[in-house]
Amino acid sequence: MVKEEQEESPNRPDNTAFTQQRLPAWQPILSASIVIPMFVLIGAAFIGVGVALFIASRDIQLQELDYTGDDSAHPCYKCRSSTEKCTCSMTFSIPNLFKGPVFFYYGLTNYFQNQRKYGASKDDNQLYGDLDYFKDPSSSCDPYTRDSRNIPIVPCGALANSMFNDTFSLSHVVNGTQKIVPLNGKGIAWWTDYNVKFRNPSVTPLINAFNGTKKPTNWPKPIYELDTTDVYNNGFINQDFLVWMRRAALPDFRKLYRRITHDDYVNGLPAGNYTLTIEYNYPVYSFNGRKKVVLSNVSWMGGKNDFLGIAYIVVGSMCVVMSIVMLIVYAKFKFAEDD
Amino acid sequence: MHSKLLSTEIKISICFPAAAVKHLNPIVALMFFSEEERYVRANDRPSNLSYNYANNAIRTSKYNIFTFLPLNLFEQFRRLANAYFLFLLVLQLIPQVSSLSWFTTALPLILVLSMTAVKDANDDINRHKSDRQVNNRMVNILIDGVLKNEKWMNVQVGDIIKLESNQFVTADLLLLSSSEPLNLVYVETAELDGETNLKVKQALTPTGEMGDSIEALSAFKGEVRCEPPNNRLDKFKGTLTMNGQNYGLDNDKILLRGCTLRNTEWCFGLVIFGGPDTKLMQNSGKTKFKRTSIDHLMNVLVLCIFGFLFTLCFILAIGNAIWEVKEGSVFTVFLPREPGVNAGLSSFLSFWSYVIVLNAVVPISLYVSVEVIRLGNSFFINWDRKMYYPKNDTPAQARTTTLNEELGQIKYIFSDKTGTLTQNIMTFNKCSINGKNYGELYDFSGQRVEITEKTQKVDFSWNKLADPKFDFHDYSLLETVREGNPEAQAFFRLLALCHTVMPEEKKDGELNYQAQSPDEGSLVTAARNFGFVFRSRTPETITIMEMGEKVTYELLAVLDFNNIRKRMSVIVRSPDGKMTLYCKGADTIIYERLDHSCKKLMKVTTGHLNEYAGDGLRTLVLAYKHLKENYMEEWTQRHHEASTALDGREERLDELYEEIEKDMILLGATAVEDKLQDGVPQTIEQLAKADIKIWVLTGDKQETAENIGYSCNMLREEMKEVFIVAANTPEGEPSVAKARAGLFWLQKTETVQDEQVEGDYALIINGHSLAFALEKDLELELLRTACMCQTVICCRVTPLQKAQVVELVKKYKQAITLAIGDGANDVSMIKAAHIGVGISGQEGMQAVLSSDFSFAQFRYLQRLLLVHGRWSYLRMCKFLQYFFYKNFTFTFVHFWYAFFCGFSAQLCIDTYSWTTVNQFFVWGSLAAYFAITFTMYSSGMFLIFTSIFPFVGTVRNSLNQPNVWLTIFLASLLCVLPVVALRFILIQIRPTINDKVKKHLRPNIVYAFCGYEYSLMSHNTTNLGKDVFLQKVVLLLILLQVRYKTQMEAPPAPAPRRPVRRVSTRRSGYAFSHSQGYGALVTSERFLFKRPMKGRLAFSVQTDTPQPKLFRPIPVE
Repeated sequence: MVKEEQEESPNRPDNTAFTQQRLPAWQPILSASIVIPMFVLIGAAFIGVGVALFIASRDIQLQELDYTGDDSAHPCYKCRSSTEKCTCSMTFSIPNLFKGPVFFYYGLTNYFQNQRKYGASKDDNQLYGDLDYFKDPSSSCDPYTRDSRNIPIVPCGALANSMFNDTFSLSHVVNGTQKIVPLNGKGIAWWTDYNVKFRNPSVTPLINAFNGTKKPTNWPKPIYELDTTDVYNNGFINQDFLVWMRRAALPDFRKLYRRITHDDYVNGLPAGNYTLTIEYNYPVYSFNGRKKVVLSNVSWMGGKNDFLGIAYIVVGSMCVVMSIVMLIVYAKFKFAEDD
Repeated sequence: MHSKLLSTEIKISICFPAAAVKHLNPIVALMFFSEEERYVRANDRPSNLSYNYANNAIRTSKYNIFTFLPLNLFEQFRRLANAYFLFLLVLQLIPQVSSLSWFTTALPLILVLSMTAVKDANDDINRHKSDRQVNNRMVNILIDGVLKNEKWMNVQVGDIIKLESNQFVTADLLLLSSSEPLNLVYVETAELDGETNLKVKQALTPTGEMGDSIEALSAFKGEVRCEPPNNRLDKFKGTLTMNGQNYGLDNDKILLRGCTLRNTEWCFGLVIFGGPDTKLMQNSGKTKFKRTSIDHLMNVLVLCIFGFLFTLCFILAIGNAIWEVKEGSVFTVFLPREPGVNAGLSSFLSFWSYVIVLNAVVPISLYVSVEVIRLGNSFFINWDRKMYYPKNDTPAQARTTTLNEELGQIKYIFSDKTGTLTQNIMTFNKCSINGKNYGELYDFSGQRVEITEKTQKVDFSWNKLADPKFDFHDYSLLETVREGNPEAQAFFRLLALCHTVMPEEKKDGELNYQAQSPDEGSLVTAARNFGFVFRSRTPETITIMEMGEKVTYELLAVLDFNNIRKRMSVIVRSPDGKMTLYCKGADTIIYERLDHSCKKLMKVTTGHLNEYAGDGLRTLVLAYKHLKENYMEEWTQRHHEASTALDGREERLDELYEEIEKDMILLGATAVEDKLQDGVPQTIEQLAKADIKIWVLTGDKQETAENIGYSCNMLREEMKEVFIVAANTPEGEPSVAKARAGLFWLQKTETVQDEQVEGDYALIINGHSLAFALEKDLELELLRTACMCQTVICCRVTPLQKAQVVELVKKYKQAITLAIGDGANDVSMIKAAHIGVGISGQEGMQAVLSSDFSFAQFRYLQRLLLVHGRWSYLRMCKFLQYFFYKNFTFTFVHFWYAFFCGFSAQLCIDTYSWTTVNQFFVWGSLAAYFAITFTMYSSGMFLIFTSIFPFVGTVRNSLNQPNVWLTIFLASLLCVLPVVALRFILIQIRPTINDKVKKHLRPNIVYAFCGYEYSLMSHNTTNLGKDVFLQKVVLLLILLQVRYKTQMEAPPAPAPRRPVRRVSTRRSGYAFSHSQGYGALVTSERFLFKRPMKGRLAFSVQTDTPQPKLFRPIPVE
C-alpha cells in the first residue's frame, strides 16, 4: 500500500551513496593539458633520479679476486686437486682509499643453490632446535638424513652438508710487514634468521644436545665447534652457517663473509698492497664453478647497480620524447570533428 | 506527410468445413489400447494404483538429504575448473612431483565447493518449501462415500474431488457436475494462457445429473480412457464409459490444474492426471542450469590457457632434461642424484611439478572472485531505489546471482502481454455521441489538456448505484446525459442492454458484473455510472435503472457475437411497446449496415474513430434500429424455424441476422483503453534505441495483441508493412499442406527484404501458424523473416510455444535472450531464455519463483539492462582483464626463473600469500597483499608453524633496500606510461563517442563508480551506420543523464505520457477480446434456475445448444 513519505517501508532500499552507487569516483580524462606536461615532468624527474643513481653506483668501489686456480700460474693452482689442508695467498693493491665500511664477500658461480631439491633438503624443525628432530630428521634431507651406520645427521640435508668452508684472512703490507686487517664476523646474517628462524636447543653445554648424532659427512668438525674463538657463535646460530643456509636466488652469487669495521680500517682500506690468504677446501672444479673474493662498499641505494640508473635515464628520456610526439599529434589532429 | 504507404495486412486464412471443427467425435469404444493410453476407473483406487500413475504430489526440488552430497559434488566436478583443481590436488599428493604442499590447492578447493554447495542447498530448500506449500493445500476428496478434507499430494488418479468457488483446480479433472445450470462451471485460466476473461466448461449431461448427491457420486463407476499425459492445453481426447455407454470427451469437459474456479458454488471432478502429469506441469519446461556467456568465454579461455600451460611445462621439461645432462650430472658433489632417477625421468617429473607451480595462470580463486563480484552486483540490484515500486512495496530482486553481466548483453526480449505490458484493466476512456467527442479536456484557449492522476474526476455521487472505481474526467458528458439529450441517453441505454454480462447483487446496491471479457465489463460499468444501471436479467427480460427509474425490457433475441460477424445485437421491447434492435460491433462491419441518412454523422464519427485508433484505444461503433411489429413477428417466426432446423442451421441464422441488422442508425462510438503499465512505450522506445529487439508472445487474441502493439509504439503507422500470418489449422494432413502453402510468402519476403533492411516491418503470427513455422524446414525461414522485422508479435501461443520461440532464437541467433512475464504461462519461456524476469507483486508467483530477476513494473527493465547490466558487464570485464594479467605476470616470472634454477620447479615467489590474497581480498588486492605478506612473513607465524612458514625474514630483508623500491617504481611506471600515451594518441586521432560525450559534459572529471564505463559502447561504432551511431550517442547521453540526475537531490518523477497522437490511417478492426459470447446461454430457458431439474435428459446439450468453444477461436473470416 502507498506509504507516507516520511515513514519508509522496510522493504524500500536505503538511500545511501553506496547502495545507490553514487560514491564519488574519478576518472582522469586524458586531455592534452594534463598528459603532455605530466610526461615532461615524469621524464625530467626520472632523468634526475637516474643520474643520481648512476653516480651513486659509479662511486661504489669493487675489488674482485678470482682464486679458483684453474690457471697453472695462479698461486692457488696447487690447492685445486690437493686433498690435504692447503693454503695459498694472493696479493693485490688498492690505488685509492677504499671507503668504509668495506664488505668482504665470497662468491661462487654456476652453483645451483636455487635447485628445488637442493633447497628442500633440510629440516626446519631441526634447525629450530627441536630435539625430536635430532633423533629423527625429516626424510626431506635424503640422502643426508642418516649416515651409513644409521645415526641421524645434524644438521641434515644437502644444503647444510655442502656448507662453504674456505676461510680467508687479509693483511695490509705496511712498510714491508704484514699487518692483519681485523675482520668482523658479527651481524652478517639476517636478523630474522639469527633471532627467529634458527635456534640452538636449550641444552648446556651445547655439545650434549648432539649426543647420538653425527656431523654432516662433508664437514671436518661438528656444528657446535664451528667457531673456536667465540663459544656463543656455535651451533645453528653460527653466522657463517646462517649465511650459507640463506640460499642464493641465482646460480652466480656472492655471500657476505666479513665486514671491515675495526681499528685503523674504520674509514676503509687505505691505498696500498694487501695479501689475501686463503685456506682452500671447497671443491668447485667438478661442476665448472668458480670461486672469488669480493671487496665492496655500499651507497645509499645499496650495492653496485649501474643498470637501474641507466634504466631510469632511458625511461625518462623516452617520456620526454613521447611528450613531444604527443604534442605533435595533438597539434595536428585535435578533435577533428567537433560537434 | 503525404504519400504515406498504407499498412497492408496479408491475411492467410484457411477455412475448414464445419465437420472439422466439430468437437464431439465419437470415438469407437472398442479401440485397441496401447500402453500409452490412460485408463482410469472412478472410485476404484486399487485398480488405478495398479497402473502406477503419478499422484498429485509435485516435486521441483533437485536433491534430498541423502542424494545431496554425491549429486551436488558430481554436478560441481562437471565444471572444468573444479575437475582441474582436483587433478592438481592429486598431483600434489605425489611427493616426487609436489613442488607445493597439498593444502595450497585443497583449502581453496574445499572453500569453493562448500560455498557453492551451501548456495545450492539453500536454493533447494526454498524449492522444497514451495513444493510443500503447494502439496499441502487442502481439498475435499470423496473417499468411501464420505467427503474428506485431504492434502493435495494425497489426491490419486481416479478420485472424485469437490471444488468450491475461488479454489485452485487441484489436478487435471474430468468435470462431472456443478452447481450451475446446464452443468456449467466458470474458470479463470490466466495462470495457463494469460487470458483473464472467464471461460465456460460444461459437464456431460449424464454425469451432471448426479449433482452434489454424495451417494450418486460414490456409486459412480465411470471408466475413462484417454490420451497419455501431454502438454497441449487446448486438446483433449478420451471416452467415458458409463453404464455401458460411451461418451466422447473433449477439452470442454476438462478442468486443468492451474485454473481457478469462479462464480461457481461447487463442482465435482474426476482426477485424470495428477501432479507431474498435469498439463500445467508438462508445460513448465525443464529447469536448466543457466550460464552466462562470460562463463563460456571463461571456459574457452581456461582451455586455451591449459594448452598454453602445458606448452610452457613441456618447454621447461626439455630444459630440465638438458640441465640434468649438462649441469646436474656434474653438480652431484653437493646434490647427489636420487637412485633410479635419470635425466629423462627427472624431466618427466619436472613437467608435472611445473604444472603445479604454473597453475596460477588458472587459479581457483578466479572462480570464487567472479562469484563474489556477481554477488556484489546482485546486491546493487536489490538495493536500487529506482527499481523499487512503492505502490505494492516491492523492491527488485536478483534471484539468481550469477547472471548479472549477461544483462548488459541482451539482444532479444520476449515479453508477455497481459500483466506485463498491460495492467489488464480496461477503462472506458472516450466516446463519440452523435458526432460530438467526449472524454477530452480543453482549457480556455482551446488547447488540449493532458489528463493526469491529479485531474479532477467527474463526481458520480448523485448515482447511488455508481461504481466508485470508475474514473472519467469530462464533465460535459455527464451534463449532456442529465440534461436528457436523447442520443446520449440512447447511447448508454444501448450499452446497458446490449451485452452478455451477468450481474451479481449480493447486497442491495452492491452490483458486481461478471463479464466474459474485461472490455465488455467496462462498457456496462460506464453505462452504470452515467445513470443506466444494468440491474438484473432473466432469459426473457433485462432490468435497468434509467436515471433512477426502474425499467424492464423484454428481451426478444440475442444476435450473438462471433469472430466472423464481429458484432452483437439485441432486440428488446420497451415497456411502452416499442421494439428496437441495438447493435454494437467493429466499425468496418457496422458502417456497411448503416442507413443512408447518417452519411454526415458517419464522416464525423470516422474522424473520431481514427483519432481513437491512433491513440491505441479499442473502439466499438454503436447503432440502433426501430422495428415494426408485424415485421418482427414474421422474423421471429423465421428465426424459430431456423434455430430448430437440423441442417444448415448456422447458415440460415446468419442470413436472418444479416437481414435484420441493416439500415441501422448510427449512435456513436466508444473507446476503451487497455491500460498499459506505466512507462511501457517509453521503455520500449529506449530499449529499441539500444538495438534490443522486443518480441511479444501472448496467449491472447490477435486483435488484442495488435492493438497493444500500436499503443506500445511497437507497431507504427509509418511501418511499411505489417505482415499478419493468421492461418487457422486444426491438425490433419491436408491442413498441414495448406498451412505450408500459406507460409510460402515467408520465403518470398525473405529474399525481398534481404536487400533492403531500411524501412520498418512488423510481423504478427498466431499460434497455429507458429506451430507449422516451428517445424524443422520452416523454422529458419521464420527466424530470418522475424529478425528482419522491427516488431514481432506472436499471439495465441501456448506456454510451450513461447519456450520454443525462445529456443529458436537462442539456437540460431547465438544472441542473449531475456524473457519477461508474470503468470504461470510464462514459466516455460522464463526458464528457456538466458535470463528470465518475473513481474512480482501480482497474485500468481510462479513466474517470479522460476525467474532470475524480479521486479514490479515492466519499465524497470530499462534500468536493469541499460544500467545494471552494463555496469556489471564492464566491471566483470575489467576484473577478468586484471586477473589474467596479474596471474600471467606471476607465471612468467616463474617461467623465466626456471632458466636460472636448473628447471627444478623452485618457486621464487611464495604462493601462499598469493593464493590467500586472491581468495579473500579481490578488492584492493594491493593493500591486502602487503598487509597479508607482512603478517605472514612475521616471526609470529613462523613460531606457530615452523615447517609451513620457512620464508620468515624475506620481506624484512628485501624491502628495506631502496634499490628494490626504485625498481618497483620504475617497473610500474614503465607499465602504465605507454598505455597512457597510446590512449592519448588514440583519443586525438580516433575519438570515440565516449570521449566526445565526456568532453561535452565535464571538462575534466567524470563521476563514475567504476572507470571506463562507456568504452564498450564505442566498441563498434566504426562499423555502424550513421543512424545507429546517432542513436547510440543519444542513448549514451540518456544514460549519462540518468546518472547525473542521481546527483541532484530529488529527481522529479517522470510525467506519465499519453501515447503519441498520430494521424491515423488505420481503422480499428477491433471488436471484443473474446471470441464468442454466451448469448445462447443467456437466453437459454433454464438459465437462471439454481437447481438442475431432474429428467434433464430431454434437453440434449450436444445437439441443440451451440456450445461455447472458448479455448480456440473458430477460423477467421
